[in-house]
Amino acid sequence: MSKSNPLFSAKSLKLFTEPLSEGNPVTVLVLGICSALAVTVKLEPAIVMGLSVTVVTGFASFIISMLRNTIPNRIRIIVQLVVVAALVIMVDEILKAYVYEVSKQLSVFVGLIITNCIIMGRIEAFALGNKPLPSLIDGLGNGAGYGLILVIVAFFRELLGSGTLFGIQVVPQSWYIANGGFYENNGLMILPPMALIVLGLIVWVHRGINKELIEK
Amino acid sequence: MENILSIFVKSIFVDNMIFAYFFGMCSFLAVSKSVKTAMGLGIAVVFVLLITVPVNYLINEYLLLPGALTWISPDFANVDLGFLSLIVFIAVIAWIVQVVEMAVEKFTPTLYNQLGIFLPLIAVNCAVMGASLFMKEREYATLAEATTFGFGSGIGWLLAIISIAAIREKMKYSHVPKALRGLGITFILTGLMAIAFMSFSGIKL
Repeated sequence: MSKSNPLFSAKSLKLFTEPLSEGNPVTVLVLGICSALAVTVKLEPAIVMGLSVTVVTGFASFIISMLRNTIPNRIRIIVQLVVVAALVIMVDEILKAYVYEVSKQLSVFVGLIITNCIIMGRIEAFALGNKPLPSLIDGLGNGAGYGLILVIVAFFRELLGSGTLFGIQVVPQSWYIANGGFYENNGLMILPPMALIVLGLIVWVHRGINKELIEK
Repeated sequence: MENILSIFVKSIFVDNMIFAYFFGMCSFLAVSKSVKTAMGLGIAVVFVLLITVPVNYLINEYLLLPGALTWISPDFANVDLGFLSLIVFIAVIAWIVQVVEMAVEKFTPTLYNQLGIFLPLIAVNCAVMGASLFMKEREYATLAEATTFGFGSGIGWLLAIISIAAIREKMKYSHVPKALRGLGITFILTGLMAIAFMSFSGIKL
């Protein structure tokens, strides 16, 4: 890579935008689904989770990329885990200090960011072979791609399941059957299985648009 | 004893790692293409869970909890190392996976060849880390309870991956819409299976 590669070049932009759609870590690369789905009942925890993962992925890639020439190959997994775990502990403590309610809702899922495959995947696939700044951008982009999917899933689940967005009532109260209307919240949307089905439908739409992603 | 049995059944069916919490989805989706490989990974996960959960339980109980260090000296009664749990748990898991891998290679080379690449991958399987974190959060009272929980979670995971792999093998002969093929239909299938598993949640134990 040449030295004249400014931070805001077209190439950097592509590193950031590619994971948002055609290289999306969740719907295309199938990474990081583990900790994702249980936090998508409401929009707020989904956004907090997306931001946390973005921060951790970005900085983990950045740090590992700086260390990449000094880490012995045989013990690299454990070094990576330690760096990621240290970052996740910081995120966890910050969440507990400033957004305690959301941190309670996320419970063990913040800890599970450590084993989120997106982070390890990006470190192995990108950060170990690239300079720190592109790695940072790549990490942030992948975190954002993950967050984007979380927010889309959470949007539909909260809207259809609770009739709210960010906890604010969106569906008019007078529509509900209890108030003489015709509408009822779909309780199934709040249950965990619907996260998977919504995600399946997102994959369907996404691949319907980007035909080259269709599996043989 | 009753309690142990109830934890066992609960961790397999009601709190199934995959269908209730989606833990270990990455390897679940990647390795569930054929029953044979799914079986190999499933057994490895059971094995690792059976060892990591009790070890982490002991570490949590005697090193990390507030006041846990009193067995060394009463002066440590106010020490709370709880914030270290994440890093300690993941280190223990990575270490045990390594030890298990070496032990399996030495004593049962056949099993080692069958498990192949899956053993090292388990270190980053969320189901393993998740079980340790749940063990901490649910505050199991004895070592036996924690061990049972770890074993039951592993069996639940094995059950889930084998059943999905069996369905996916049959799906090869079905006419799935083009864009849904592969990943999309697997998500929806897992969702439907999860709905079926929810019927267990009504069971009082």
